[in-house]
Amino acid sequence: MKDLPAEARDLDGHPVTPGLPMAMLAEVTHRCPLACPYCSNPVELTRAAAEMPPEDWARIFREAAALGVLQVHVSGGEPGARRDLAQIVASARAAGLYVNLITSGIGITRARLEELDQAGVDHVQLSLQGIRPDMADRISGHPGSWGKKMAFAGWVAEIGFPLTINAVVHRQNMERLPDMIDLAETLGARRIEVATVQFHGWADLNRAALMPTREQAGFARRVVNDARIRLRGRMVIDYVPADHHAIHPKACMGGWGSTGLNVAPDGTVLPCHAAASIPWMRFENARERSLGDIWRLSNSFNAFRGTAWMPEPCRSCERKTVDFGGCRCQAMALAGDARATDPVCSRSPLHAQVVARAEEDAAAVETGFTYRRMKKGG
Amino acid sequence: MNAPARPAPLIAAGDIPFLPRGVRLEDDRVRGIRVLQAPERAMQLDAIGDAILSELDGHRSMAAIARDLAARYNAPEQRIAGDMRDFLTGLIERRMVFLRDRP
Repeated sequence: MKDLPAEARDLDGHPVTPGLPMAMLAEVTHRCPLACPYCSNPVELTRAAAEMPPEDWARIFREAAALGVLQVHVSGGEPGARRDLAQIVASARAAGLYVNLITSGIGITRARLEELDQAGVDHVQLSLQGIRPDMADRISGHPGSWGKKMAFAGWVAEIGFPLTINAVVHRQNMERLPDMIDLAETLGARRIEVATVQFHGWADLNRAALMPTREQAGFARRVVNDARIRLRGRMVIDYVPADHHAIHPKACMGGWGSTGLNVAPDGTVLPCHAAASIPWMRFENARERSLGDIWRLSNSFNAFRGTAWMPEPCRSCERKTVDFGGCRCQAMALAGDARATDPVCSRSPLHAQVVARAEEDAAAVETGFTYRRMKKGG
Repeated sequence: MNAPARPAPLIAAGDIPFLPRGVRLEDDRVRGIRVLQAPERAMQLDAIGDAILSELDGHRSMAAIARDLAARYNAPEQRIAGDMRDFLTGLIERRMVFLRDRP
């Protein structure tokens, strides 16, 4: 294990100033009964044998709270795949963190949900792959998922947890967005997150089957705008638009290493859940050193902090502290260079090419998926 | 239309506001601030916001709370009521404050 640098410097050696993280994504497992073709987990999934025990999670939660983290998103994979989930949740609450449970709703019984209530889950976010059994089960690759999710949502309401519906939209379900919003309202959700698929990792393998058309992106925007007016004060709608059709890139993570961190099932600490897609980047492990040291001093977190690392056109752009040059992982995937201007930005020299490729993918007749699954054996 | 339209208030004087399950006021000891914790959101509160939210007990109406705060801080009740209406409307929009059902 090499020592960490003594000072915080970006990838060019410019001094940077780490702030305080607000939120931590805790991927407690990569096991999942679903096989969604746009899963945000890395293509190289962590196996059950490499998962950290609850004692390690408890220590990491205490370190996170001491570092300034206020909220933890207990996620996966499907966090319910861990039998000791309630113990993990209880330790996060004991550390003083606000606990969001991010779940597919599959594999958590009513009795376990009550146990999670006792353990201190503050809020439940339930994923939605589509509307009605045929669509939801096909996209999630899990027959029966729809029925199980609807039962789960009923228990969430009975126990009284605040509920967020997370609806991931793409070319094959975008037309049903109005129904998804109606469903969230019927289920008593306080919020719905409408998130257009982000094309990294698994989703990138399924671009031709998932890429929305420009018309669909416009449709979704109108549906969201109308619903926000109609549902004001009743349900919040958060919207992640299709950025391949945008003018400016999204301010990924609110700036690299600025507000959030992600801990993988084996303790690897990443600046974002997709950061492992940057092949040259090396990551530290929270079992080997403290989260505070990793946050402040690791090369991975400091690489893209501040703005001194930026190339043109970002360097002279007035939006450089608004969208931070966009997403580093998307720059890696589309430009082959993690420090490039995110090519979805209209000011990127690669923009026209990226749009042309998105339109080509959107026009594809492909509907079959490469489902997210762990490799057999190994 | 000259000035931008202010969004319609979502709370009236007689309404009883409260923090629903999953929303709580806390000290952020690391930053030395008060925060409102809610589903996937943490909001920094200034002294006024903290004073208002600390009063939400699920029993008193907004008007009654405005009266109490006006007496305690020796401030005009009408201004406090206006501040409360705007602040709470913003939080009702975010589903961080609920209103008791009227009988």
